[in-house]
Amino acid sequence: MNVVTFDNVRLDYAGAKAAVTAVDGLNLSVDEGEFVAVVGPSGCGKSTLMKLTTGLVAPTAGAVSVEGELVTGPVKIAGMAFQNPNLLPWRTVLDNVLLPMEIVEPHRGRFRRDKALYAQKAEALLKTVGLDGFGERFPWELSGGMQQRASLCRALIHEPDLLMLDEPFAALDAFTREELWCVLRDLWTRLKFTVILVTHDLREAVFLADTIHVMSARPGKIVMTKQVDLPRPRDLEIGFDPKFVDIVHELRGKIAEVRQ
Amino acid sequence: MSQAMIERLAPWAFTLGLFVLWELTVLVFDISQFILPAPSAIFSAMFEYRKPVYENSLVTLWTTVAGFALAVVFGVLLGLFIGWSRTIYRGLYPVMVGFNSIPKVAVVPILVLWFGVGEIPAIITAFLISFFPIVVNVATGLATTEPELEDVLRALGAKKLDIMLKVGIPRAQPYFFGSLKVAITLAFVGSVVSETVAANAGIGHMMATAGSNFQIPLVFAGLIVLAVEGIAMYALFAYIESRTTKWAFRSSMGV
Repeated sequence: MNVVTFDNVRLDYAGAKAAVTAVDGLNLSVDEGEFVAVVGPSGCGKSTLMKLTTGLVAPTAGAVSVEGELVTGPVKIAGMAFQNPNLLPWRTVLDNVLLPMEIVEPHRGRFRRDKALYAQKAEALLKTVGLDGFGERFPWELSGGMQQRASLCRALIHEPDLLMLDEPFAALDAFTREELWCVLRDLWTRLKFTVILVTHDLREAVFLADTIHVMSARPGKIVMTKQVDLPRPRDLEIGFDPKFVDIVHELRGKIAEVRQ
Repeated sequence: MSQAMIERLAPWAFTLGLFVLWELTVLVFDISQFILPAPSAIFSAMFEYRKPVYENSLVTLWTTVAGFALAVVFGVLLGLFIGWSRTIYRGLYPVMVGFNSIPKVAVVPILVLWFGVGEIPAIITAFLISFFPIVVNVATGLATTEPELEDVLRALGAKKLDIMLKVGIPRAQPYFFGSLKVAITLAFVGSVVSETVAANAGIGHMMATAGSNFQIPLVFAGLIVLAVEGIAMYALFAYIESRTTKWAFRSSMGV
């Protein structure tokens, strides 16, 4: 079943002088449990795609559906993480991770009563990303990579069907980034949610995704779709596999072409 | 003596040094008491009139704190209202700036016309002058919430009220407590201005009366009492600020 479907979507937004078309003729379908990466030159409307999917903005023309239903407002099933971890500095890591539980139904109604249970669940999730015992710390006591792990936990705590990631590892150093690829890979393998990952990093896309969509410069649309048929589970060594390198090469060539 | 000790004593040493310099200047240049009284004369006047000084300073403290309290209540409410949406923020901000540009001393006669001479114009003037920084800070704290964080919450189905309660209001707290320090000192300005123009009590009234009786040392004694009250209230709110929003000080020190 398709979790996300874009049908000939166009989005205009008001610019300084005239309306700017961010995306046009955008078609996309994402299967349940699929790991999709979207790559493209900067300003191609990758972030717009995130906002359209989650219903934060409505398309000017065309239709976006999530789980078979037309998106008309915020979808309520999505977890999101961005380049900036955006943790709340006045909350402990644990309370940051629990934030969605205070908002999403049916958890918000039970949250006060079953706080201990939820806290246990959050602790368990923190453990799987290597933040065991950091729950009572405050975000500023954590390194950038650890904050991003906590941000991932916050995006996943309510077990969303759809995880939206907007360049979540872009601000991290190369080693931490690769470490977090593995964290995300393991979480996805275990929990089997659907992922849409927007990224600049082609190696990241090839390492993690089943399907990679390349978007053109503004107005953005999908100009190439590449299935990554590398075997799973993948480890970091796969980055040196000729097949991996070929796919990166091919994507790179396509992006260079659409940047013209 | 340790560096920390020196830093703690520094404000006292500088204040004392200022008074000594002042005393010497008056002595050496033989300045008339009607122009600039020496600190010794000021403090002896303060002692001699300790009862009226004490009573009037309490009146000023009361009108200031009352006006300030009103400013906190209405400032927070208006700040929440303005910070609620970008449209309201944009629309009301110029009006607020215009209002704040009006010299409050010009408003006092109107207040006297409405409420008569006394404490009420002083309280209202203190309120009018001190609520602006509170409104601006609360509204700024709310209006500058990271849009991405808002997206995270909205994608979970959060309503505007949820976002306010979970993010906006906690986020605005350091701005709010920071503004209290500024607002309390402004409130003193407001109440004393009003007392000077139209009141039967308060430090402002005492100074105006002493001035017309040529009791210049007592005028200066009033100024010093005001300065002491201002410093005390500022210190109180600086302390409250540092206690309530520790995270803001910690996190701004960098990760």
